[in-house]
Amino acid sequence: MNITTSEFSGTRRLVLKGAGVAALIGLGVIPFDVPQALAAANDKYPEEAFKQKNEADAIKALYGKTAEPSDKVKMDAPEIAENGAVVPISATTTLADVTSISFLASENPISLIATYRIPAGTLPSVANRIKMAKTSNVTVIVEAGGKLYSASKEIKVTVGGCGG
Amino acid sequence: MASSIRVRATSNGDTTEVQALIQHPMDSGFVKDAKGEIIPPHFIQVLTFEYDGKPVFVADWGGGVSKDPYVKFAFKGGKKGDDLTVSWIDNKGATDTTTAKIQ
Repeated sequence: MNITTSEFSGTRRLVLKGAGVAALIGLGVIPFDVPQALAAANDKYPEEAFKQKNEADAIKALYGKTAEPSDKVKMDAPEIAENGAVVPISATTTLADVTSISFLASENPISLIATYRIPAGTLPSVANRIKMAKTSNVTVIVEAGGKLYSASKEIKVTVGGCGG
Repeated sequence: MASSIRVRATSNGDTTEVQALIQHPMDSGFVKDAKGEIIPPHFIQVLTFEYDGKPVFVADWGGGVSKDPYVKFAFKGGKKGDDLTVSWIDNKGATDTTTAKIQ
């Protein structure tokens, strides 16, 4: 008898919970909250990615996937940088639906230098100045349509810009 | 105090080109001073450009960005005389913000 009662009340609780959730959906609380939470997650500073020492780990921490080289990603950078503290680099792409562009230097103590979020309506083209510890490959990653595309170039550094 | 942000936004009618120069040490935390002591990390982490209440460009930066950073980008739209708001926050929680008129 007791068992039946508790079973009954258990079911009743479930029904109530279900009703509560349904009520929340009905009020539009949940559908409103979910996109907001997602937007907040996307807007967060990628702390973990900026702690990774090597390039592959940084890309993984930032995007959770790997990039494929693409000739649609164009990087404009000097062959030789006389001063590693200021290396002007710009990147542009003809790819559509670009959501972010990132810059990495493989031999820097922290590989990831900068990542730029590109909302719809902003052109997929960025110019900035980076520091380079020594001669190494600089990689530009373009995130377009949920996929990653990359371009790399070796830049020779005469005087390093990350201490030493 | 004068703003740390110098920004120039020019519209050609179709797109607005934005160039910004910010005064900031951008210490990576890997450089030693004259006494051989590590200069602690101090760099801008997030730099946001807003137009018409919406972000048009957001930069997430590490210590690998050069001192007194410069950045250039462009977005579609933007009218002459409209406001573009630029703000940054660094790893120590310091912030600065400025508003520029699109030219």
